[in-house]
Amino acid sequence: MSLRYLKDVVALQLDEEKCSGCGMCTQVCVHGVFAVNEGVAHLVDRDGCMECGACARNCPANAVSVRSGVGCAYAVWRSWFRRKEEGGGVSPACS
Amino acid sequence: MGWVETGSGGVARVSTDITLPDRLGGWGVRWGIKRMHYAVPAGLYAIGQPGTQSPVLVSANYKLTFDQLRRKLSGRDVWLLLLETFGINVWCAAGKGTFGTLELINRIDRTGLGGVVAHRTLIVPQLGAPGIAAHEIKKTTGFKVHYGPIRAEDLPKFLDRGMKATLAMRRARFNFRDRLVLIPVELVQAWKPSLLVCLLIFLLSAVTVRDLNLPSLLSTGLPPTVLYVVALVAGSVVTPILLPWVPGRAFSLKGAQVGLLLAILAAVVMSSPLKGTDLVALMFVLPAVGAYFALNFTGCTTFTSLSGVEKEMRIALPMIILALVVGAVAWAVGRLI
Repeated sequence: MSLRYLKDVVALQLDEEKCSGCGMCTQVCVHGVFAVNEGVAHLVDRDGCMECGACARNCPANAVSVRSGVGCAYAVWRSWFRRKEEGGGVSPACS
Repeated sequence: MGWVETGSGGVARVSTDITLPDRLGGWGVRWGIKRMHYAVPAGLYAIGQPGTQSPVLVSANYKLTFDQLRRKLSGRDVWLLLLETFGINVWCAAGKGTFGTLELINRIDRTGLGGVVAHRTLIVPQLGAPGIAAHEIKKTTGFKVHYGPIRAEDLPKFLDRGMKATLAMRRARFNFRDRLVLIPVELVQAWKPSLLVCLLIFLLSAVTVRDLNLPSLLSTGLPPTVLYVVALVAGSVVTPILLPWVPGRAFSLKGAQVGLLLAILAAVVMSSPLKGTDLVALMFVLPAVGAYFALNFTGCTTFTSLSGVEKEMRIALPMIILALVVGAVAWAVGRLI
């Protein structure tokens, strides 16, 4: 039994040049997206990412970037309308 | 439960027993009763008789979380540092930023944690990581953030293993029971818009029915209302339960399939054969409504991404609306001819 979401949509970027190999991303990721090999982190399951942003927030080398937010239709719906009222830029979050 | 004296003053000791009111409250929040106001005061608490070397666990001030934690930590001596997340759970609060770096730094300062414990390690739940920058906590407060297991039930094992998490403790899970407890949340959110839909169905019935009286209105309006409820159940109950086994990755696609299956079932079990227009309405509306509610379930899961949900919504929503229009028109035409 596996629960997987859509393929090739995730906005997760890893700059392996900047990576110091501290392994923090492997510790915080709840989906095992990262693995550290020979002192450098790699994306081993990019499609498994749910864009929570934990890796980017906890990367001391600033090597990870992701547009974080919640994968929630209701939150996305609200953000679409908020965008019109407030000029946008707010990423969807739980109410 | 008394106080524990520390280098930074007295710290309240909390019970590890879950009482009947705690249980009732926990049941209530899942059904939407005071769901957004279920908090305990933020601050430092003692479980058992912790000392200067006892571990410090960081969490949110959501009462459901607090109850779970003190129950699982029964018989141990630990400090509990609850951040002000306004009664929101760790994961959601981390996403919003209230379970965040700044709040943790402030809370360490305000509770005088540095004087309470001699060590400099904090155990922060892994699901709090989207809000906490461990390296910034270390730089500002001197405390090293050690990410603990996702689930409170793994905490005793984690502590016994010398604060080492197994791989299973670090992975999000979404099993049958996890999905089951979330169904009430979906239903509570659905009932208000659903009342509106039922009203709309009866309004449309009143417009299309020839001799308007109560029996004719009921006989026209009730069948589509019942089928709407069936579609709601398809998307909000059946799809979440059968989530791993319904084919496809998009939630709307899963919901549409379950809706279609129930539509076929409904057509078969109906006492009198449906006329063509009603059959069209049934086959379009049930999958559309099922897809809509299944799409809504994305927010309850542990694996959908923002980019994915946005993509799915851009494709699915126009199709859902189109199917609803086709179904409604077919149904109305069936009433008029």
